[in-house]
Amino acid sequence: MLFLRQTATIALKDLRSEFRTKESLNAAISFAVVILVLFSFAVDPTADQIREISGGLLWLVFAFAGALILNRSFARELGNDCLDALVASPVPGAALFLGKASANYVLLLIVELVSLPIFGVLYNMRWTRQPLMLAAVLALATWAVTVIGTVFSALTVNLRLRELMLPTLIYPMMIPALMAAMRLTTLLIAGEGIAADDWIWVRLLIGFDVIFTSLAVTLVEVVLVG
Amino acid sequence: MNAVAVEDLWKYYGDFPALREIQFTVSSGQCLALLGRNGAGKTTLLRILAGLSRQQRGQVRIFGRDARHPATRAAIGVLGHGIGVYDELSAIENLRLFGRLYDLPNPESAAKQWLERTGLAGVAASLVREFSRGMRQRLAVARAFLHQPSLLLLDEPFTSLDDRAVALLQSVLQEALQRGSTVIMSTHQLREAMEPATHVGLLNRGRLAFHGPRPEEMLGDPGWLYRAYGEG
Repeated sequence: MLFLRQTATIALKDLRSEFRTKESLNAAISFAVVILVLFSFAVDPTADQIREISGGLLWLVFAFAGALILNRSFARELGNDCLDALVASPVPGAALFLGKASANYVLLLIVELVSLPIFGVLYNMRWTRQPLMLAAVLALATWAVTVIGTVFSALTVNLRLRELMLPTLIYPMMIPALMAAMRLTTLLIAGEGIAADDWIWVRLLIGFDVIFTSLAVTLVEVVLVG
Repeated sequence: MNAVAVEDLWKYYGDFPALREIQFTVSSGQCLALLGRNGAGKTTLLRILAGLSRQQRGQVRIFGRDARHPATRAAIGVLGHGIGVYDELSAIENLRLFGRLYDLPNPESAAKQWLERTGLAGVAASLVREFSRGMRQRLAVARAFLHQPSLLLLDEPFTSLDDRAVALLQSVLQEALQRGSTVIMSTHQLREAMEPATHVGLLNRGRLAFHGPRPEEMLGDPGWLYRAYGEG
């Protein structure tokens, strides 16, 4: 119970700080919108072509915009040495990690929920044909991006080039989850549903989330204290 | 009972031994002033005691437990170089946050009590980024003492404090010592430190050159220890 309370306290603290400053949320949403707008000007594809690339386009936007949020996750603790105050407190490393990951997860979902309608308008796509399955895929894949990003945010927090290092480190790690998310999102936006053969991608996302969350929760203490 | 027991402690940064063969104990209720030049290893030692860094060799026991044990951390108050509070939260939100993280029975009333104590009750709802330097320092003191820690680890606590904050820190330190808390503080401010210190440790290039009860000579001449133990 105490563990959950401490996790929630960290998550609410991060969300409150972010909603007050909006520094990473504004940057991530602006970035996502600009990419969607520019891409819509750059190419003039047919509806079928858009349907085929929709998953890839959306998840590249989510992943790149997400890096802006994930980068700030632990970096915001550096001012006034707040990270030391947190690590010295009796909060277990796992609660600290899960609290930060939960806040990042909410922020990434906000970016996605803002981006999807804009994508629908700009590319003339009805993206709500399979809303429940799409929500489930977004939930699973966003957690995959969040968990990898939050761990590496902790790992790179003291590096001078952390803004560069974080994307360099996280994208290769995310490839399996992004492949699954892109394939499933493409199918769902096309309104096809998930065929029996494609359930392997859902299982991959679930497995990815379980494995990397377990690893992160186990190793975060070493990452934070050395 | 030993509040802190350090045995054959070594810490390296790369190949450089920042701490070598450190061995000492601090009994409950004692106040140890850690002295030494810049780079002597005071901050490194305090970070290891606070569980913020790990040693390569040796053992640290705090109240008989590992420094990273949650129960140990709940009993420690740390005041480092940074103030450890969030600029984008208000004073009361900061103290409430740490009250909840330390699982205090009533974080709200503890926060209000410390805001009164530090003279910040009038600006409880103001964001810390709007505070003056002195107000931020007083809030940092409140954060470190909020959970009535049994062991206080203070890294140069008097450095760049204004007069009001020095007076506040001295009074809450005295109270903590009267309550039976143990204090370890690194400092260059010898005059302020000698008043509460019951024991003194001198670090010289990563080695503990002296550790023992505060020599009487230091009351009249705080620099005496440096000269007597080879750093004068």
